Amino acid sequence: MYDSGKIITGLIIFVVLFTFPFWYNIGSAAYKQPKLELPKDVKECVESKEFMRTEHMQLLNEWRDMVVREHIKDYKSKLTGKEVVMSLTKTCMKCHDNKAKFCDQCHNSLAVSPYCWDCHVAPKGEK
Amino acid sequence: MLEKAIKGSKLYWGWIGLLLLGVATGFFAYTFQMKEGLSITGMSRDVSWGFYIAQFTFLVGVAASAVMMVIPKYLHHYQTFGRVLILGEFLAVAAVSMCLLFIVVDLGQPQRMLNVLLHPTPRSILFWDMIVLNGYLFLNILIGWVTLQAERKGVEPPKWIKPFIYLSIPWAVSIHTVTAFLYCGLPGRGFWLTAILAPRFLASAFASGPAFLILLCYIVKIFAKWDPGKEAIQSLAKIVTYAIITNLFFLSLEIFTVGYSQIPSHLLHFKYLFFGLEGHATYAPWMWVSVVAGLLAVLILLFPQNRKSDNVLAMACVLVFLSTWIDKGMGMISGGFVPNPLEEVVEYIPTKLELLITLGVYAAGFLILTILYKVAVGVKKEVDA
Amino acid sequence: MRANRRKFLKIAGLATLGWSVFPNLLRASEGGEGAGHVRWGLAIDTKKLNDEVMEKAIVACHKNHNVPHIPDKREIKWLWKTTFHKAFPGQMLDNMHISEYAEKETLVLCNHCDNPPCVRVCPTKATFKRADGITMMDFHRCIGCRYCMAACPFGARSFNFYDPKKFLKSEEITTQFPTRTKGVVEKCLLCYERLDEGKKPYCVEAAEGVIYFGNLNDPESEIRKVLAERYAIKRKPELGTFPSVYYLI
Repeated sequence: MYDSGKIITGLIIFVVLFTFPFWYNIGSAAYKQPKLELPKDVKECVESKEFMRTEHMQLLNEWRDMVVREHIKDYKSKLTGKEVVMSLTKTCMKCHDNKAKFCDQCHNSLAVSPYCWDCHVAPKGEK
Repeated sequence: MLEKAIKGSKLYWGWIGLLLLGVATGFFAYTFQMKEGLSITGMSRDVSWGFYIAQFTFLVGVAASAVMMVIPKYLHHYQTFGRVLILGEFLAVAAVSMCLLFIVVDLGQPQRMLNVLLHPTPRSILFWDMIVLNGYLFLNILIGWVTLQAERKGVEPPKWIKPFIYLSIPWAVSIHTVTAFLYCGLPGRGFWLTAILAPRFLASAFASGPAFLILLCYIVKIFAKWDPGKEAIQSLAKIVTYAIITNLFFLSLEIFTVGYSQIPSHLLHFKYLFFGLEGHATYAPWMWVSVVAGLLAVLILLFPQNRKSDNVLAMACVLVFLSTWIDKGMGMISGGFVPNPLEEVVEYIPTKLELLITLGVYAAGFLILTILYKVAVGVKKEVDA
Repeated sequence: MRANRRKFLKIAGLATLGWSVFPNLLRASEGGEGAGHVRWGLAIDTKKLNDEVMEKAIVACHKNHNVPHIPDKREIKWLWKTTFHKAFPGQMLDNMHISEYAEKETLVLCNHCDNPPCVRVCPTKATFKRADGITMMDFHRCIGCRYCMAACPFGARSFNFYDPKKFLKSEEITTQFPTRTKGVVEKCLLCYERLDEGKKPYCVEAAEGVIYFGNLNDPESEIRKVLAERYAIKRKPELGTFPSVYYLI
């Protein structure tokens, strides 16, 4: 093999860089699900806890398209059968009225920054 | 073949370094635009497209001009262009790449760019522009690369490439037609609302593109020590001559129609560009330079003995390029927005950051062009030897 | 998931029908002109219009929709004042019987055209026609290409060159309506959010009888009655965009 020295060095550098996230996180604490402040006076969300945890982004996207584009306002819960108005600020944030203690908890610890709040206004004048 | 691009003289690497510096400068300027939005540009509520879109429009023309060599070579078997055709195709690749970059830097929400594919909307001309530009980029990379590879191996290009080459002819016309359709289908923008916009775009493209290619041929001859051939350059010069005359003729048709009918919504834009409106006349000197440069170029190019002298021809090509660049790269877009639909005059003057970003895109395009030309000329020299 | 499949089927279905760029799709409106369909419209009574009324309407609109006040040529305007001469270019120059109008001020806004060029050119359907005639915007989808601004013959559209929040005091922000983000286009949406609650647009409410509002397809509506009685003009009718905003003169 020609230039075997260069090739092998290159491969080693590549492997080290590629596996860097693993090296970097060795020794740091395991991921813990953050504690969320849940609404006190309401027991159920529009769908089950598990569904909301994994699918709330899809649900919100669907609500958005329904309201803005399809001109449909109400959503029928598959959990309770009740109808709710599809609105981030008027429905979701009515119960989850503290963005910092609810939304941001998971989003921050997972390092995602959804752009909802670039436009929609969080309650209590929070940014 | 790409290995040809990593072996070069100090001059070559110096030039590459300079272009990289240009790209870096442009990118640095673009970080401000990402942070502050398009407020860092000179654009406004009234002139909502500016320098970026104007450069895009001009460069679509440069890209389309490769067809002026493909037609003689493949439809009329004019073999003289065989030697330089690859330069035209690779120029098209670089030009289309710049076009796409200009569109991206012009977007307010570039991260949502793929919405155009996610929600395809065939009634929008922008949708078709995306298709024809990307298609043209693909066609030219494919055709250029395959034919160059065949040449290197000393064999005929494979048969399957022929349909792509024939397809590239109407496709080249389509990119500039569709780009003209972006503008000429808008009600209430009298400056663009003219059926001759697409033909005029094509005429100016077939003048500016080959003129630029002639200059590139001279540059290649001097710096890369490879001669594209006197006859090829002379044939290109004839194309430039016809095209610049056609372009000026189309412009005069436009001016007659608008000037004689005297419909304000059409006329005011020309008034603004050439004489100024309500005391705003930033573009007037430029527009006159464009017209005079164009006429001067015609005067020079009309005489064969002028075209035969390399220096005179090069100068005429610079004039053609200047004339068409001012016309399309400056006047065409902002002229369409001034006056605005309420007949108010709000002028557009690009900012320094905007110009730096533009420079960065041009540097990126020339980087692509340099690398592709290095490969092409390297292969040609190898074959010649 | 469900939405994706539905979207796919919709696109596939349309594709098999064969997309054409010609008339049927160019007429972007989903509603059509037939009676029975709602088509919201406005009629501005320019005889009763005065500066105070115009200011009230503009403030009501801009405040409730978080429209920032930007003091340069990159401003955002949904509803604004301009002279008749500018709103109706070409019609006011030497037309003697309405010449006193030329320098008078009036209100201009999105015309919610029945055949809107902005909808036609939008490459992502971020601007689209609602069944009730509102030329609607989906701010989530806009890529900021500004093609719609070039296409609108009324200058009704504004682009967020800046981050609008820079120009909105946080205590003055209306929480019930979203602000916009930098890099998207915006315009009057005919208070779709209020119409859905059965209320009239802010400008109509604030102008107290000077602006008529209603269903243009309903011969019994207030707006149709006033249009039947009085002479009204529309902006640039020759362009074939069919505005839904009338000016009573």
